[in-house]
Amino acid sequence: MSGWLSVGMVTVPLLGALLLLVAADALRPVLRVYGMAVSGVTLGLAVVMVATFDYGQAARPQFTVDVAWIPGLDLRFQLGVDGISLPLVALTALLTFLCFAYLGWGDGAGPGQLLRPRAGGARPRALVFTLLVLEVGMIGTFLALDLLLFFVFFEIVLVPMYFLIAIWGGERRRAAAIKFILYTLLGSVVMLLGLLLIWAQAGTLDIVALAQSHGAGMSRAVQVVAFVAVGLGLAVKTPMWPLHTWLPDAHTEAPTVGSVLLAGVLLKMGTYGFARIAIPVLPEGAAAVAPWLGALAVVGIVYGALACLAQRDLKRMIAYSSVGHMGFVLLGFATLTPTGINGALFANIAHGLITGLLFFLAGAIKDRYHTADIPSLGGGMLATLPRLGAVLTFAAIASLGLPGLAGFWGEMLALFGAFQPAESLPRGLFLTFMVIGGLGAVLTAAYFLVMLSRVTHGAPAAAGGAAPVGVPGPGAAGEGVVGRLSATLPEAPDERPVHALPGAAGPPGMADIRRHELVAWVPLIGLILLFGLWPGLLLSLTTPAVQILLGALP
Amino acid sequence: MIQQIDYFAIAAPLTLALVAGLVLLLDAFLPAGPRVTAGLGAITLGGVMVALGFVAAQGFTGRTLPTFCVPERLSDGDPGLCSFVVDRFTLVIAGLVLVAAVVIVLMSMTELAGGGIPVGEWYFLLLCTLVGAVTLPAARDLIMLVVALELVSLPVFALTALKRYDGRASEAAVKLFVVSVVSTAVMLFGVSLLYGVGGTVFLSRLAEVLSGTAPAPGWPEGSASLVAAEHGLPGVVTVGIVLVVAGFAFKIAAVPFHAWAADVYQGAPIPVAALLSVISKAAGFAGLILVLVLAMPGQAATWTPVVAIVAALTMTAGNLLAMRQRSAVRLLAWSSVAQSGYILAPLAVAFQGSGARSWGASAVGASVAYLVIYAAMNLGAFAVVMLVSRTAARNELADYRGLVFRRPAAGLALAFCLICLAGLPPGLAGLFAKVVVFREIVHGGAAWLAVVMAVNTVIGLYYYVVWAARLFAPEPGPAPAARRVFPAVWAATGLAVAAAVLFSVAPQLVLDLTLLSG
Repeated sequence: MSGWLSVGMVTVPLLGALLLLVAADALRPVLRVYGMAVSGVTLGLAVVMVATFDYGQAARPQFTVDVAWIPGLDLRFQLGVDGISLPLVALTALLTFLCFAYLGWGDGAGPGQLLRPRAGGARPRALVFTLLVLEVGMIGTFLALDLLLFFVFFEIVLVPMYFLIAIWGGERRRAAAIKFILYTLLGSVVMLLGLLLIWAQAGTLDIVALAQSHGAGMSRAVQVVAFVAVGLGLAVKTPMWPLHTWLPDAHTEAPTVGSVLLAGVLLKMGTYGFARIAIPVLPEGAAAVAPWLGALAVVGIVYGALACLAQRDLKRMIAYSSVGHMGFVLLGFATLTPTGINGALFANIAHGLITGLLFFLAGAIKDRYHTADIPSLGGGMLATLPRLGAVLTFAAIASLGLPGLAGFWGEMLALFGAFQPAESLPRGLFLTFMVIGGLGAVLTAAYFLVMLSRVTHGAPAAAGGAAPVGVPGPGAAGEGVVGRLSATLPEAPDERPVHALPGAAGPPGMADIRRHELVAWVPLIGLILLFGLWPGLLLSLTTPAVQILLGALP
Repeated sequence: MIQQIDYFAIAAPLTLALVAGLVLLLDAFLPAGPRVTAGLGAITLGGVMVALGFVAAQGFTGRTLPTFCVPERLSDGDPGLCSFVVDRFTLVIAGLVLVAAVVIVLMSMTELAGGGIPVGEWYFLLLCTLVGAVTLPAARDLIMLVVALELVSLPVFALTALKRYDGRASEAAVKLFVVSVVSTAVMLFGVSLLYGVGGTVFLSRLAEVLSGTAPAPGWPEGSASLVAAEHGLPGVVTVGIVLVVAGFAFKIAAVPFHAWAADVYQGAPIPVAALLSVISKAAGFAGLILVLVLAMPGQAATWTPVVAIVAALTMTAGNLLAMRQRSAVRLLAWSSVAQSGYILAPLAVAFQGSGARSWGASAVGASVAYLVIYAAMNLGAFAVVMLVSRTAARNELADYRGLVFRRPAAGLALAFCLICLAGLPPGLAGLFAKVVVFREIVHGGAAWLAVVMAVNTVIGLYYYVVWAARLFAPEPGPAPAARRVFPAVWAATGLAVAAAVLFSVAPQLVLDLTLLSG
């Protein structure tokens, strides 16, 4: 039927990228609009997909395409979406478009807008090309219904992301990029072995058929081995503690759009793999490994939170917070219950929106202060840059899981799933996980509030030299010292009330939210509110698919 | 007793041999000059093309063409004893060799245009190597195999040394010579042991004798076969197998006989390095596959563990050594050692499948598929390295900084080939080649080998990606002034990269070609 929609989602960015190679000179003047146009068309297709999706049959793959590509490898070009992948496809298209909008909106002269012509070679054409190829891989991963095709798309993102970090990144970008690609490749090669093992045992690569047979034809031992292999590959991408060490470096060094896409989409590819392949195809393996998965997940939650408390760098802190949030997602999967997996999928989307927004904000702050070091920022952002400070507060509170915002439901459901895990799993153990995970949620709240107290609250101080200079304030010098002191002591958050400072617009170059930032952020804020207030919107989509997916579990 | 010779079957090597003679004669009688240089190159290219045409024609007939057969009266009623057989396997390897030869001849044209290398000799030796490389996959007896392999090896020493008054080249030639002679001696010893046990040089007959279905010569009447004897196979067979495998291991630069690779590749002219890494290697693999799969399927239990360990060591050593290199050619040398390991890996599980897969066809198919894809991407890389070597004599990795900005086509071509070699998208050819090999290993149940290869893939990725990233790094200073055009190298690059792109989009072509069932 309307399989062209799926194909279009993949081919539009691909053709856009190729056209950029062919007609380089013709496109150079309109580059900023071009990226937005191509990703906008893709977003349009995603919107059409969301609009015409048959919600009555959300468990069934729709918009399917099935064409033989490499018969020798049994590889079919098989695409389709169901309730699990539809939100992720839409999220990917949206975030990519917002990244292009962030880069190219208006005159393109803002500090974070890498597409402006600049001395020293900002290479806007290469950036647009890289992002478009990245989009092909990301969307393809969520659409693929063939094991090897999934793997191919899974791999496509590696090289563009590597270059995104290695060319447009920060000071230590080279090492971070190498670490990223080596880690994730090691993971995906191990995953390939697992996929090939499934293929050798089950004799097909068709994910739908494999999921329907619920692991028939594979012995328990094979399922466990395959689950561990596939799970390792996915866990590196997710990332699961202790395989997360590439993430903070990659996030810290990546440019803003790179961080946004990395956190917003690339990490989801790992968790999506659990929902799409590992759990439905290998139910017995999943049941055997789930306690371990759950244990590592809660370790990740607590570890991520503790690591966040110790961070000075804003981007690094948000990166570690991803480790914690992904821990909740993995805990949800580990429960093997509809509740838990629904929660995991919801947390997945929520994390994509919230952390995407947080990285946009961190990028904006870094562009203004030229540092992301929290003590150097010096506090008082609500006074100096009130709008930016407000959005940062909003995003941080959403991320810590305030009820009414998107971050809450996923984590709540994941913990709730752990309260009553699948019958084959030891309940006592999962209750322990739930308690520890709950403590982790409290710690999450702690570090975000500490961060807010250091960055947005307090009087603007002239600390670090990079902070806004010359802001008049009552007793600026004295309070600056106090502010600095309190900033270094996390136990003593600065609780002085925030004064709106008259004439505190900051020095030139420290403008509040700019138009391109507003364009990129408002949709995210809107969706965070929407899913927070109306979680059923997303849950009704994933529930039927999850029930099918868990059909074989005892 | 006169043997019938099917001239159509041997048309490809025959053409190459005749053109070789023609080139030598023309070189002797025509005055030296740029036009003659170009003319000889064109004649060589034409000869290779004609040979390729014959291979294609043989492919279209779709028949197996045996020739040099033992007449039935002399072969105890065994009709299958032929020395030269053109079948699917032969055609794939011969086609691969000849297409690679086109690229290498094109690269040679630029190398020779610089002067200092005798042209006639160069093309003559090149064609002689090709005769050997085309004959080798068709060889079905031990003597033919050894002769063809020597025909591949011997002219390469001379080719390496043709860059006269160059210390490195001479050293490389001597090194290659010594290594190659030793390996030949080792292999001949193994071959003679096998002949002594089996009493035949024909591979198919040898397999029958070793598996006990045919009587061994000189064996007591009571126990008519080797296997039926109470003490099993004589240990001498094992020694023979190991020695033959060792001999081929030299040719494909497998551990522990790999040490020569880097020095020889670096000292030799770049077209010769490319030839060593593709044509010579393809010939070595063809011989190894023929001996192992045709002559010793019954002894798989003896040689599969050896091959597995050699494969694992080869890929690991090659990758670890490649990580430390600064010279582009040395890096490619070690990387091609590592790739040899990947090509060997499926052979290690050749006879561990079940049912229909049991004669090792799919394992051989996987090896050959990898070989074909490897040839395309490696030649592409060598062609660009050749191009860079024209402006940067030392040819270190640092010379590749910013190549994409200086020469976008060359830079992108090299980047694509490197990503292919690493096995990542968009270099899908390399990815699918690895998937094919992985599939074979996983099917065969050699989990440890699969894990070793997985780790190696990651190590390999490191140096390929670092090199590829260097291409995109900003230029350090003003670009070198020399901007001469080398149309022949461009054609070579184009051909190799086009093949790699084609294999990326439609890997099915290679898989169909190398489907050796039957």
